[in-house]
Amino acid sequence: MLMSEIFGVPIAALFGQLVLGLVNGCFYAMLSLGLAIIFGMLNIINFAHGALYMMGAIFTWFLLDSWNISWWWALLLAPLAVGIFGVVVERLLLKRLYKVDPLYGLLLTFGLALMIEGLFLHKYGSSGLPYDIPEVFQGALNLGFMFLPKYRAIVVGVTLVVCFTTWFVIERTQLGAYLRAGTENPPLVQAFGINVPVMITLTYAIGVALAGLAGVLAAPTIQVSPLMGSNLIIVVFAVVVIGGMGSILGSILTGLGLGLIEGLTKVFYSQASNTVVFMIMVLVLLVRPAGLFGREK
Amino acid sequence: MSNARFRLAGCGFLLALGLLAPWFIYPVFLMNALCFALFACAFNLLLGYTGLLSFGHAAFFGTAAYTTGYLAKVMGISTGLAILAGVAAALLLGAIFGGLSIRRQGIYFAMITLALAQLIFFVYLQAPFTGGEDGLQAIPRGKLLWVIKLENDRTLYYVVFAIFLIGFLLIYRTIHSPFGQVLKAIRENEARAVSLGYDVNKYKLMAFVLSAGLAGLAGSTNAIVFTFVTLTDVDWHTSGDVVLMTLLGGMGSIFGPVVGAFSIVTLESKLSDKVGSLVTVIIGAIFVICVLLFRRGIVGEIQGLYRRVVGSRA
Repeated sequence: MLMSEIFGVPIAALFGQLVLGLVNGCFYAMLSLGLAIIFGMLNIINFAHGALYMMGAIFTWFLLDSWNISWWWALLLAPLAVGIFGVVVERLLLKRLYKVDPLYGLLLTFGLALMIEGLFLHKYGSSGLPYDIPEVFQGALNLGFMFLPKYRAIVVGVTLVVCFTTWFVIERTQLGAYLRAGTENPPLVQAFGINVPVMITLTYAIGVALAGLAGVLAAPTIQVSPLMGSNLIIVVFAVVVIGGMGSILGSILTGLGLGLIEGLTKVFYSQASNTVVFMIMVLVLLVRPAGLFGREK
Repeated sequence: MSNARFRLAGCGFLLALGLLAPWFIYPVFLMNALCFALFACAFNLLLGYTGLLSFGHAAFFGTAAYTTGYLAKVMGISTGLAILAGVAAALLLGAIFGGLSIRRQGIYFAMITLALAQLIFFVYLQAPFTGGEDGLQAIPRGKLLWVIKLENDRTLYYVVFAIFLIGFLLIYRTIHSPFGQVLKAIRENEARAVSLGYDVNKYKLMAFVLSAGLAGLAGSTNAIVFTFVTLTDVDWHTSGDVVLMTLLGGMGSIFGPVVGAFSIVTLESKLSDKVGSLVTVIIGAIFVICVLLFRRGIVGEIQGLYRRVVGSRA
């Protein structure tokens, strides 16, 4: 007979939780990637990231519920809408803060997060909005040792493609080279005739669009509610502290890895599942204060 | 000389106001505002005078509140000792938080404190001694020093007012001591302070622990005032509230956080019946407006205005 248990946990359940953890890790990866890109260019930690992720999810729910359009359109439209919102926020508000202490950026986006969350809470209440997995993705694949729900496979697939594309654009293309140069020395890049303010706006838009995309992907797997972003963003902050924001690939790997660890914790010691990321952060701070992929400035 | 006399008169006026207030305004409201004023002043010691933005101060406020509540209710320890134990717990937690978070600077410091506070939140959510979602209810107010009965709101008010004054004066003394000057030097230019031979991390840690302890004093007192402690006291919204109070009133000014705390507590109590869940939106909007339009806060702007008027006359 095949060994079907590890430490008294059935293998199917173990892999099930691991996949679930990986799915969560995808959201961590996409959100911390967005935070890292924005921080690199704007020197601002975007506290509204969780709220924008929530906006992406609720927008998807709205599109599917009221307009009856297909999920694929939502996958495109919701991040686009969040991105456009990001352009407005950057042009209207954040632009005024580039000359002051970066802490003000954190405070402003915190206020923004409260406003967005409060407005949605007022409109939709705190209970979850009903949301079905699109029909195409219902059901599961039999992998022999476990059943893999199709939708989870899609989430992981889309995330890997998006994260890899982002990494490729930033690290391997001309545009990315401008971006990295802009991170290091904006006035010099400006002197070479590149429109830095537009680049900054687009960076913020793309960063928050990633949050919106994570929201779309998350919508069918969790309860869609106005409160879904605020708890997540704090975990993502811990992820960012653990990984350090210096490396794109680092943020992606840290996010995915921590999701997996969280999944494992759910199997073996479920009481600690919502604190394990924070505990790892404490450990990392003790052993390697700059973060796993961070550079000491 | 006249300036000093003017200031003295101002302090006398505020003291008289504090002593007379409970005869005109509902004492529990005043006590709540005083607790948050002390909380905000403690927070300001860190943000305004050391330049460290902690986004996890609710952990100290709440930990002290739970400690005091648990000791007073379950163990039957007298109120004064329970408050002191709460402060001790906050100091201890402050040493741990501080030791971890000062390993990183600036924006990371804020994220680390927030994450650590969230860790504490989840621990208290599951721990048996906090009562989970229900919190600790019906904490006895008891007696202070075995004689002063605290059941009466006005009696308790004067005790709370005294606690506030002790905390406030301690902060005032700290800011105007050589220690406080070093903190300000770190805020202005950390690299310079290091090059002058100051052990910057030691100073930061001391400021952090002191701030945590005073935040704990506020939390413990608040628990006695309301006779209950809930998870709200350790929630990140509470950490956000104290940041806003300090920002709105004016960080880096001694009275700023007091003004900010009274404004926000008043606002929240007046608005919550009228607009319900929209309170969060308004709080968020105040944040945005403060950051964009008056970063010096109410007191900072008034001081600026005063200086301009006096300056133009001279």
